[in-house]
Amino acid sequence: MAIDAAVEMTEEIAARHGLSAEEYARIVGHLGRAPNITELGIFSVMWSEHCSYKSSRVHLRRFPTTGPRVIQGPGENAGAVDIGGGLAAVFKMESHNHPSFIEPYQGAATGVGGILRDVFTMGARPIASLDSLRFGPLTDPRHRTLLEGVVAGISGYGNCVGVPTVGGELSCHPSFAGNILVNVFTLGIAKSDRLFRGTASGVGNPVIYVGSRTGRDGIHGATMASAEFDDESDQKRPTVQVGDPFTEKLLLEACLELMSKDMIVGIQDMGAAGLTSSSCEMAGRAGTGIELWLDKVPRREPGMTPYELMLSESQERMLIVAKAGRESGVMEMFEKWDLPVAVVGRVTGSGTLRVMDGGRLAAEIPVQALTDDAPVYNRPIERPRDQDERNRFDPSALPQPDDYGRVLRTLLAVPGIAHKGWVVRQYDHMVRTNTVVRPGSDAAVIRIKGTAKGLALSVDCNSRYCFLDPRLGGALAVAEAARNISCSGATPLAVTDCLNFGSPERPETMWQFSEAVDGISEACAALGTPVVSGNVSFYNETNGAGIYPTPMIAMVGLLEDVNKRAQQGFTKEGDAILLLGETPGRLGGSEYLASIHGLETGAPPSLDLDLEKRVQAACREAIQEGLASAAHDASDGGLAVALAESCLSGPRPIGALVDLPNPGGSRADEVLFGEAASRIILSVPEGRVADVEAVARRNEAPIARIGTVGGEKLEIAVGGRGLVSEDVAGLNGAWRNALALQLGVSG
Amino acid sequence: MRFAVLVFPGSNCDHDCYHALKHVVGVEASFVWHKEESLAGFDGVVIPGGFSYGDYLRCGAIARFSPIMKAVEKFARAGGSVIGICNGFQILVEAGLLPGALIRNRGLKFICADVNLRVETTGTPYTAEFRKGEVLTMPIAHAEGNYTADPETLEKLKRNDQVVFRYCDASGNAGDAANPNGAMENIAGIVSEGGNVLGMMPHPDRCAEEILGNEDGLRLFKSMVNSLSESRV
Repeated sequence: MAIDAAVEMTEEIAARHGLSAEEYARIVGHLGRAPNITELGIFSVMWSEHCSYKSSRVHLRRFPTTGPRVIQGPGENAGAVDIGGGLAAVFKMESHNHPSFIEPYQGAATGVGGILRDVFTMGARPIASLDSLRFGPLTDPRHRTLLEGVVAGISGYGNCVGVPTVGGELSCHPSFAGNILVNVFTLGIAKSDRLFRGTASGVGNPVIYVGSRTGRDGIHGATMASAEFDDESDQKRPTVQVGDPFTEKLLLEACLELMSKDMIVGIQDMGAAGLTSSSCEMAGRAGTGIELWLDKVPRREPGMTPYELMLSESQERMLIVAKAGRESGVMEMFEKWDLPVAVVGRVTGSGTLRVMDGGRLAAEIPVQALTDDAPVYNRPIERPRDQDERNRFDPSALPQPDDYGRVLRTLLAVPGIAHKGWVVRQYDHMVRTNTVVRPGSDAAVIRIKGTAKGLALSVDCNSRYCFLDPRLGGALAVAEAARNISCSGATPLAVTDCLNFGSPERPETMWQFSEAVDGISEACAALGTPVVSGNVSFYNETNGAGIYPTPMIAMVGLLEDVNKRAQQGFTKEGDAILLLGETPGRLGGSEYLASIHGLETGAPPSLDLDLEKRVQAACREAIQEGLASAAHDASDGGLAVALAESCLSGPRPIGALVDLPNPGGSRADEVLFGEAASRIILSVPEGRVADVEAVARRNEAPIARIGTVGGEKLEIAVGGRGLVSEDVAGLNGAWRNALALQLGVSG
Repeated sequence: MRFAVLVFPGSNCDHDCYHALKHVVGVEASFVWHKEESLAGFDGVVIPGGFSYGDYLRCGAIARFSPIMKAVEKFARAGGSVIGICNGFQILVEAGLLPGALIRNRGLKFICADVNLRVETTGTPYTAEFRKGEVLTMPIAHAEGNYTADPETLEKLKRNDQVVFRYCDASGNAGDAANPNGAMENIAGIVSEGGNVLGMMPHPDRCAEEILGNEDGLRLFKSMVNSLSESRV
């Protein structure tokens, strides 16, 4: 049978598909002939950075990915860890940065849709999502619009599907002015012996398509010369897909119902590169081949070419390999849920992807060429020449503020620190009635119904730290995520990441990437939290300016008894305030230095992973023994900001009287606003202070009494010298209203 | 005692209502698919929250045509207990089992937050165990909860003591500042003329357990169950 070759292939067409001359030559080598346009399209998406991880793969191998609890590491639709009781926590994080910048509502919405499918594809019911967002300065009206649109998109999609968005983080910085970040995380629960994988095994098994019909949306490279391969289609569709959360909800329920029966072999979401990647990856994992019959694919409009059908990124679609003979059972299940469903192919033993369009052979490619044999690049790495300059910082030239209270109020209004109520009010964060620590604490906590357990979730990354020192910044992101989990009382289990960087073709970016991977690896190994899934987003760059490197870390922790948990807000008058981990703060890379002095220099806080472990262990033990009524990580903005957040996060604002020790005679601003790792603020009933001190001693974690909860003011002295005295009501207003004020909307 | 928890395509608080009834209140509960046509054997019906049919046309406007809704109408007309929460309230309104309409929140945004509610009447099976004027706390989670009705309907609701809950502040004042969505006269929940059909935007299913920090919703469910037990005796 002749391969369709209506369009004569040239290197120029290949280049417009983002394939280099060498890559095109490799394709010709794999096929033993020139590809046709459909085959070229298939290669271009499968060999794209997004699908092939060609620039990152050599580095990602350094991540620790195994551990006693790991059931599924990287390489599947999502990672899975054992949480005991026959249950697995299944989770992953993904980016939807580029589409969200073009069309914030749909970009963010479809990001949520994609990550939900990655999780329920594994047979897990999604029970919680987080999102992590970066924008340019909110003084720019475009970024106010982007923020509003992204939040509305997450809200519109997640709320409708009925998966609560229980937390996340948000900050703004000029380096994101040309490239915003939208990273979404979802966690689901499955029976650990009932996980499903994306595999197309069993020659002769039917390949079944279910979900939305395929349209022309999101076709990669659809802008290129569409007239050449589709004379009927002169319309250029936007490359951002449109989400349909209602169909997603039906798909979710139908798939979970299907998975409870013994009917299917493998299942995979048609995400990026749709039908192409789902079929190739499933066949690749199983070492089989797949034959697809495009004339059977449910479609939204007539006249679609094989190229369009194979590359469409229409949302809310899944590809299933069923057990032979179970076709009718599978079809019935989806018909119950009113979803389009069709048998569109079969598993073969040929090792090739064979695409039939009616009686015509539209494409035939060895599966290996698309998956395992895709290019892998060890791209050049070069430390930025100004890296040393970035770290040079002499605090002695820095003027001390004359009003420390005003500095505190200013920092509390920085978007990254400000209360996120305006955002989380728009997310349904309670549906499924599992949210026992709501958004606004270091970690959200959800209970697992039918058990005594709970899971704590947190996502973190300080982009500025990573810009100043990507290795340390990567490690600090892991340490902070784990610290947040420990502040809820939970034991950190595992990590999923979303590595957001500029262009990998820039050696300086690859240096940042490689360093960050090393930092994350070191911290994950030390803290016993393997990386079980993740995502890389390169090319976050506009007009030659890349974003600050942002390796986002989402961590999951386990509470064996969900009732033994803590949150960050002070609740009890008269409680003692203790500081676990006495590490002195430093001004390098701090929010204070950036927001008050306009400087982004210096070295980020140092990290002693052994001390970090001891501090976190002591914190968890204090909470587990019921000794601490609140625990809060002291990170961005230093101790003063952390204390203020603890005063303002409880059911009602409450004051505190604090005297920070300063044995080394450091500058007052350094003690108040300097940042450090491995520090946790605890609120402890007066009668239990000695017990908590004993817990700290047992864990060899430094501890100091620094104050008392109570009153209407937050008063902070440094070495006995009173420097901050602010009404908590005023601080509360500055903190809670900041985001709405900067967005120019009503709270 | 057996409750039907209706499941429409897009319902997403069905599991929450089921959990609250079965595992917290301790009564029998069953999911009933919207294509079913009978409610025989059930003592009460819960229409849960969510986004039936994606809320794509108008909240509740498509769900009301589901086969099960004929059975719900019959059940309600016969005096059976029907409670519609959030999207369930919207469906009841679209089905004509409760008067008025639920339009877009005045702030045009989805709101998920705890609100205070004042109990306006204890003359319903759902509120018999509250005190009149008592202030409850319950979460809301909706974008279309702005209760709207013509003046005659409002007048009639008040005259017949059909307004069950009003949004209020912590001290029980139902002023505009305590109105989250622009609902007329701060109305958060109403009952049918017969008092047996309750529609409310707040979620009792989300505050029915100590671990969730609030049990006001549990009191509502218990009140409903107790009233039904008494009426059966």
